[in-house]
Formats: sequence, structure tokens, C-alpha cells
Amino acid sequence: MSGWLSVGMVTVPLLGALLLLVAADALRPVLRVYGMAVSGVTLGLAVVMVATFDYGQAARPQFTVDVAWIPGLDLRFQLGVDGISLPLVALTALLTFLCFAYLGWGDGAGPGQLLRPRAGGARPRALVFTLLVLEVGMIGTFLALDLLLFFVFFEIVLVPMYFLIAIWGGERRRAAAIKFILYTLLGSVVMLLGLLLIWAQAGTLDIVALAQSHGAGMSRAVQVVAFVAVGLGLAVKTPMWPLHTWLPDAHTEAPTVGSVLLAGVLLKMGTYGFARIAIPVLPEGAAAVAPWLGALAVVGIVYGALACLAQRDLKRMIAYSSVGHMGFVLLGFATLTPTGINGALFANIAHGLITGLLFFLAGAIKDRYHTADIPSLGGGMLATLPRLGAVLTFAAIASLGLPGLAGFWGEMLALFGAFQPAESLPRGLFLTFMVIGGLGAVLTAAYFLVMLSRVTHGAPAAAGGAAPVGVPGPGAAGEGVVGRLSATLPEAPDERPVHALPGAAGPPGMADIRRHELVAWVPLIGLILLFGLWPGLLLSLTTPAVQILLGALP
Amino acid sequence: MTNFPLLTVLLPFAAAAAGLLLSRRGRAEGANTRAAWIAVIPTAGAAVLAVWLAWGQGFAFLEGGPRPAPVGATYGTVVTGSVPISLTLQADDLSALLGVLVTLVALAVQVYSIGYLRDDPRYPSYSAFVSLFTAAMLLVVYAGDLLVLYVGWEIMGLCSYLLIGHWWEDLGNSRAAIKAFLVTRLGDVGFLFGIFVLGIGAGSFRIADVLAAVPQMSSGTLVAATLLLLAGVAGKSAQVPLHTWLPDAMAGPTPISALIHAATMVAAGIFIVARLFPAFTAAGPTMDVLAVMAALGMLGAALAALAQDDLKRVLAYSTVSQLAYMAGGLAAGSDTAAIFHLVTHGAFKALLFLCAGLVIHHVGANLMSQMGGLRRDLPVTFAATTVGFAALMGLPPSSGFFSKDALLVAMEGALAGGLTDAAALLLYGCALATVAVTGAYATRAWLRTFFGPPRTVALPEPEPGTAHVIDTREGPRTMLVPVALLAVPALLLGFAAEPHLDLPVAVVSVALALLGAGVVYVAWRADPLADPARLLGVLRVPCERAFYVDGLYSAVVVRPVLALARGVLRTDDVVVDGAVRGSGRAARGLSGLLRLAQNGNVQLYLSGLLAGVLLIAVGAVVFA
Repeated sequence: MSGWLSVGMVTVPLLGALLLLVAADALRPVLRVYGMAVSGVTLGLAVVMVATFDYGQAARPQFTVDVAWIPGLDLRFQLGVDGISLPLVALTALLTFLCFAYLGWGDGAGPGQLLRPRAGGARPRALVFTLLVLEVGMIGTFLALDLLLFFVFFEIVLVPMYFLIAIWGGERRRAAAIKFILYTLLGSVVMLLGLLLIWAQAGTLDIVALAQSHGAGMSRAVQVVAFVAVGLGLAVKTPMWPLHTWLPDAHTEAPTVGSVLLAGVLLKMGTYGFARIAIPVLPEGAAAVAPWLGALAVVGIVYGALACLAQRDLKRMIAYSSVGHMGFVLLGFATLTPTGINGALFANIAHGLITGLLFFLAGAIKDRYHTADIPSLGGGMLATLPRLGAVLTFAAIASLGLPGLAGFWGEMLALFGAFQPAESLPRGLFLTFMVIGGLGAVLTAAYFLVMLSRVTHGAPAAAGGAAPVGVPGPGAAGEGVVGRLSATLPEAPDERPVHALPGAAGPPGMADIRRHELVAWVPLIGLILLFGLWPGLLLSLTTPAVQILLGALP
Repeated sequence: MTNFPLLTVLLPFAAAAAGLLLSRRGRAEGANTRAAWIAVIPTAGAAVLAVWLAWGQGFAFLEGGPRPAPVGATYGTVVTGSVPISLTLQADDLSALLGVLVTLVALAVQVYSIGYLRDDPRYPSYSAFVSLFTAAMLLVVYAGDLLVLYVGWEIMGLCSYLLIGHWWEDLGNSRAAIKAFLVTRLGDVGFLFGIFVLGIGAGSFRIADVLAAVPQMSSGTLVAATLLLLAGVAGKSAQVPLHTWLPDAMAGPTPISALIHAATMVAAGIFIVARLFPAFTAAGPTMDVLAVMAALGMLGAALAALAQDDLKRVLAYSTVSQLAYMAGGLAAGSDTAAIFHLVTHGAFKALLFLCAGLVIHHVGANLMSQMGGLRRDLPVTFAATTVGFAALMGLPPSSGFFSKDALLVAMEGALAGGLTDAAALLLYGCALATVAVTGAYATRAWLRTFFGPPRTVALPEPEPGTAHVIDTREGPRTMLVPVALLAVPALLLGFAAEPHLDLPVAVVSVALALLGAGVVYVAWRADPLADPARLLGVLRVPCERAFYVDGLYSAVVVRPVLALARGVLRTDDVVVDGAVRGSGRAARGLSGLLRLAQNGNVQLYLSGLLAGVLLIAVGAVVFA
């Protein structure tokens, strides 16, 4: 079949990056358009792929390529997509394109547009190059059908992301970048050992063949060891509690596009590995480790939510919320049921869209207020920047899992899977996980609503210092009495002093949503609504693949 | 006809989408007018469709007898890997009846809001959220699948959150909105798990399949499922122990209180129990729990209503109490009586709230201590409120008289069987006591608002966005017409369904209501300026604080969770990340130690080499 499409998805950004090295001077004036063009072509290929995908056979790899790569080691260059990887490939192409659109749309002078023509030290050409290499690695990871090829792409991603954080990041970018790369490299080494163990025992690196043999030829002990090793590497990337501490630092310091791609795509590579390699190739290992995986997952859900509740920094809060959301994904995998894994894959995509949007918004807020410290933002955003406040409300509500938006279905199915886990798993334990996960969902709602209240509600004058504090808000005369009586929720969970805004720039003069932001956000909003209102779109794609993948489970 | 349920849901949904997208185009003046049209016309269309759907079935649900086949269609199936979700919308006799209630009250509220929020710059988004709420509630009513129902159920909660926080400049309102969302969401988690239990037990989420499978399910499954569902019911319908959000929800604009927090959304919990009634009747322990919850809730909330000074909070506690009546009717085994009261309550409580809105509009305050003698200024409002309070007290010939009678008959019948003896006795006793207390608090609110000396004080110029104070004698026509129209069903709805009267029960209940009213009247007569709530004596403060439940939850749940959150953040920094940083430091320390060996001193290297050779030699000799 037409394997050129798979190859093209990887080679187009790669060639685009190489061309930047070769024809640097020619491309320098048109960098902003160039990035959009290359990632746009890749997105176009992804759209062709989505359009021509044979949905009747979603369980079978399509657009496959299989050529000898390193014959001496019997390594093969195998690419292909099935119902599990197709949404992720499309999501990656879309998010990368949106990042380039965000950076380059319009005159390029808006807040957050790092490619602006003359910004001292912004190094626009290097940024485009880095992002394109990043795209190669991300798409390759989701396309690879060979264990070592998967690992190679998995590792390629680390380097550009390291530079993205270390060069274009915030004040403490160096430490965050080093932490990121050392932590994830350490995880990758452990994963490589696991992959090599699989290779040694099963004698092949072909993921499809390995998945079809369902762990034949590997004893239970070997499977458990391999699952733990591979799982650890993937869990660092996901990230799973307690291996998550690189994430808040990396997110806080990364530039907006870095945060978006980190949350939207990189975290998915970890969870994708569970669905593609760990569970189908090592079914007995998965069954043995699943209760532990589930336990760590629900701890992550509650722990992430609690950490968010007390968090002051908006970007850190969203980073911790990723820990919680990824907990739902891991819980879905741990159930080892089609429902649970469907839910995990759905939550994966939904998280990419919603958290991508949230990081775009956090970046936009930070660019305007020059801080992401929630108390320092001063509240009242719905009055000062009504559109930005409205989109933030939308994204927060989507993220807390409201039915009708994308965030709900994945978490619901993960919990439903935990209600009736695979027969080899202890049901009582997973019922406990389900209950804890459900309470985590309430806590998730709690921290998002508290954040909205502190950022978007309230009288905006209190922050800028233009009006005396304590002016009763509108509505106070008629209905405010009730409001005062209802003050049973304590104010802010943090009593540290609020720092004044640097330069007292304040709300006046800040622009509401700009065009380049609108271009980047509207597709995400649309997809969140689409998948929320019609979850069948994704579920019909993943279900057949998941059922094949679980074929061997006891 | 089969697509009517879908159309009824889609019309207000489209109105919401249009309202939100168009709200920020053009000048403010024109924007409000356009938003009003966008809001009212689709709601009116939905009302016409809902009435059409109900036309053939009428009050069949209340009258018993043969139940007509549901009208509707399935619009596809969503695979999940196990039990599929079926996108079914249908109108049976129960749905059709409630659909009419929802659309008509929503229409009245939309029209009323045009006047109430005439100068509010955020009226366009407000009316769009009301439309979205209407769509969500209709989805709940017409859903033929439990998960589809859950979608509507949660979106209603979202709209409630957004609308309670409509005046978000005041952080108190924002906090009330958060509280409402979180308390109901806590119940909804249980609700979702209950759906799981039923879905796995029946192998389908379709309501028809679930009900058909009830006889085959084990009693353990049924009790677990219904108890979990009851958590969601308690949250949504503000029943003990999750009732605390409703009085605070009065921070929203008064039309919202009428629509969401009195007539429709809070009744959804009652509706869902009636919808799945076979499953509940088959689970005896659940019915006992429901009876106890209802008994405590109806009397406690009525007592709390008697002590409130804020007119809207009186009505809010009254709503909790009346919803508990319906829950009690359900526990006693009569879903028809409960739904009958749900419909009449929807009419008269919406009427009372809209009247309260007119009063607040006129006075510029919520507190009854600032009202009085308003019957001359507001004759229409006075007449409508009188109808509403009469229905609330259950005085003949108002609608509330008939529905309350049906409920009391059902609860009396439960004494003979159905419930555990103690639960049945508690329920009936509390119901009778509540009749008297209801009479007392309704009379108190009526007298303190409309009689006695006027206490209205001159008000400062209100803030923009306030329910603005106007100097005409009555509210604008957009507000008066819905009130007048709602007064008709509040008065006459009791005659629509064939009234069944049980004379002894009716006499007892009317006598009790009049007794309560009489005591309050005597106290008020003695001193029209003093609050008749002084009759409660030492109970007055606990009643005013609603028995300190809020404080208890704050101490037991909210503060510990926040403390835990701070602890987690600290732990994350010190322990979890500390381990990571510590391993980094340890690695550097170790490398520093090893570096000492690499000091460039050739003598040291040579000594090391020799020592190594010696060690190996010794080892070879010893172990060889």
C-alpha cells in the first residue's frame, strides 16, 4: 500500500530542517512563512492519511513501509499507522502547525511570537530548525513499528526539547532543561534494557509480529522484568507519580510552544508506548504489574489535584494537572480491558487538545501580565480581557471533565474500565481505585474553579491599584448579602503576600485575544467540542485495534 | 413526530450557540435586544414542540391506566469496548409532562429576564446560558440512555455554576457558584458509579433495557446502584446531606433562582428516581434511606426557612423542604404523587421567585426587614404572591392543595407497608409537622413583605449591572406578564388531572397549615415591626444558621483538604523532588570523591597499580 505517506510525514520536516542549514541566507527573510509551510505540508499529509485510512480495518497497520535498515543487526525501517496511532499522528501534525502559526502569523510582533523579525537574541532560524527536528522525532515515534526504531525516534525528541527549554525558556531555564534531559534519559536507558531483553528473548524487533505472538517464547518472569523496565522508561515520560518532578519545572520554564508540545505530544509518547509495546507484547507482565500501575495512577490523580489546589503559579498548576490527567490514562491502561484502554487513548488525545490550549492561554497571560503568579494577576480578567477570560473558562471547564467536551469521555471510560477490570485482576482493588479516581475528579473540578475564581472573577480594580480596594462589586446592592453569607469557602489557600506587578503595567492597554492567538486556538476549541459531542469518532477508530491488542490477555 | 424530542433539545442549543457567538458584535443597546430575540424565539419553538409531544399523552402519567408508547428515535450507537452508549431521545408520558413544564417555565423566565436585566451589559451571555440550560434539561428529560442523560445532567450543573456567578465582580457570588458546582459534582460521582452498576447489571445503558432487566438483577446490585444514584439525587435536588449549596445559590439573579434553583434543575433528582422507579421500589433499603433523608430535610429546611431574613433564602429553604416532600412521596411508593407535586411546585415556586424578583427590583434589597406594606405599591405582585403562598401552604383550591394531599395520602399509606415501620412513622410525622411549619413561614414572609408599615429607605445610585431600581409602581410589562401567566397554573393546575381527594387527610393538613399561619399571625399582630421568628426562642439562631451544617462541612472537609493540599505541595518539593535533587547531589559528591584519585601524581597511580596486582595475586593463591 501507499507507504510513501508514512515516509513523507517523517521526511518533510526533516528535509525542511536540513534546507534551513543549506540555504540559511535565502530563507532568513521568510522564516515565519517557511515554518508554517513545512509544518503545513506535513499537516496536509496527515489530513490525506486521515482521509484515505481504511476505517473498516482500523486494527491493521496501514501505509506500511518495511525496508532493511542495518542488515548486519537485522534492524528494519518499519513504519505504519493503525487506529491507535492515527489520532496521535494527526494531533502531532496539527499541534506543530498551530505552534508555527502562533509564532509566525500576521506581522509577527504580537506577544509570544518568538519569530518576530528583529528581536535581539531570539534566534528565529534555530527555533524553526529545533521545532522541525522535534516534529520528526514525535511523528516518527508514533509511526515506528520496530522496537529500536521506536527507541531512536523516542530519543531524538529529547535533544530539540532540551534546547527549546534551555535557549528560549524562562529565568531558571538551564536547571529545568538539565533536569528534564537527565531524568528522561535515565528513564530511556532503563527502557532500552527492557527492549533489549525482549529482543533477546523473542528474537525479533518487529512490533506487529511481537504483538501477534502475545508474548510467546517469553517466560512470565522475563515478561515481568521487561514490563517493569519498559514501563519505568515510559512512566518517566508520561509522567507517572512519583517520577513526575521534572515536569513542573520544564513546563514553567519552557516557552509557550515548548509547553504546548511537551504537554500535547511528548507526554503522549509515554502512554502510547504502553498501548503499542508494553501491554500487547508483554501480556503476562502487564497482568502482574497492572495493580501497581493502577495504584500509582490513582495516587497521581489525587496527588496532582491536591498539588494544583495549593499551587500559586498558573503554569505549574497546569503542569500538575497533567500529572492528574495522565493518572486517568494510566488507570485506563491498568484495567487491561477494551473499555479502559479505549478510555486511556481517548483521554490521551483529549488531554493533548485541552492542555495544549491551556498552555497557550497560560503563555498568553504570562506575556501580558509578565507573571504567572495567580494572586499577582489580581483577578477580574473577564472584565479586563473578556475574550481571553472566556476562552480560559472554556478550557478549564473542558479540562475538569465536563460531559459534552472532550475531557469527559476518556476519564469516564477509564473509571468504567476500573469498575470491571480484566478477569485476572483483583476487582475489589480496582473498585477502590475507581472510587479514589472519582474523588480525584471532584478535586480536579475544585482547583480549576478556584483558579477561575481567582483569575477571571472579582473586581479588576483591586489589582491595578487604580480604585480603592473594597468597593462593592456590581450586584452587591441587590444580591450581595447572599454572597457575603455564603463565604464559607476559605479565601485563598495561600497567605503569602501578593507581589505587585513589575512596572505596574496593569490591565489598561493590554490587548485582548490577538489574531495569531485566535488562529492557533480556534482549531483546538473546535476539536474539543467535536470529540466531546461525538465521542464515537475516536472510539470507533480505537476499539478494533484495542480488541486485537488485548487478544491474548487471560 | 419521532424527531420532535431531538428538535426540542436542539432549538435552545442552537440559540445558546448563536447567542454566545454573536453576543460581542455591535453596540450594547442593540446587542441586548438581539440577544433577547435569539433567546425567546427558539425557547418558544421548543415549548410548542414540547406541548405538541405532550398533547396526546396529557396527564396520562398522573392518572395511571394504559401508558402510551414513547415517541422518539435512536441516532446511532457509540462503542466503548463493552456496554455501548445508545444515542436515544424519546418522549414517554413522564418525559412529555416534564418537557412542557421545563419549556414553559424557561419561556416565562426568558421573557421576564428581558426586563429584569435590561441594562446589564452581560445580558447576551446570560440569556445564552439560560438557553443552554434549557437544552441540557430537555436532554435529561428526553434521554433514553443513562449516559446521554448524564451529559445533560452535568451541563445543567455547569449552567447553574455560570449563572450563579453572573455577578462575578463580587467574589462572594463566585464562591457560591463554586460551592454549588462542587457539592453537586460530589453527588454526581456517585451518580455515575450508579449508572455503571446498572449498566453492567443490565448489559445496556438504555433506560428501557435497564428497567426490563430489573427483575433479573440481584438485590445487592439494585441496592448498590440505587444508593449510588441517590447520592446524585441528593446533590442535584439539594437533599440532606448535600443541600447546603442551594441557599447560597441565591446569589444568582432572581430569574435564575426561579428557573434552575426552584422549578426545573433541582427537580431533576426527583425526576430521575421516578424515571427509574421500578429499580428503586425493588431496593427496599434504599427507600428507607430516602425516607429518612426526606423526613429530616423537609422539617429542618422548613424550620430554617422560618428564621431567615433574606426573602430569597426563605424561598430557597422552602424549595429544599418541598423537594424533600416529593422525595418522601417517592419513598412512600407513589411516583405519581411526587411528579404531580413536582409540576405544581414548579409552577408556584417559579411564580414566587419571579414575584420576589419584582419585590427586590422595587425595594432594591433582599432583606424582609427592609420591606413591608408593599401591597399598595405592587398590587399585581401582591395578588400573584398570595396565590403562590396559598399553593405553598396547600390551601384549597390552589394546585398545591391537591398535590400535597396526594403526597400525604401516599405517606399515610406507607405506614401500612412498603417502608420499615420506623422510617414510615418518621416520614409521616415529619410531613405533618412540616405542613404546620410551612404555613408559619409562608405567612411570616407574606406579612412581613406586604403588610405593616413601609420600611423602604432611599437607596444610593446602584452600581452598573445591578438589578436596577426603578420608580414606577410596578415592574415593566415583560416582568408582569410572565408572572400573571404563571399564576394561572399555580392556582388551577390541581383541577387539570382528575383530583383525588382523601377528605380526612385534607382536613387535617389544612387545619395544621392554618394553625401554623394563625400562630404567626397572632405574634405579628402583637407587634408588626418585630420578627415573628422570635417564636422559635432558643432555636432561632440554630435555625437561622441552618443547624450549622455549613460550618461542620467547612471544618471537616474543606479546611482539611486545603491543609492536605499545602502538605502535598511541600512534600512534593522536599521529599519527591528532594530525592531527585539529592540523587543529583549524591552523584556529584561521589564524582568529587573519585576525582581525588585522579590527581596527576604518577607515584600514586603506580602504588595503586602495584596494590592491585598484589591483591589479585593473593586472591589467586587463596581461591585457586
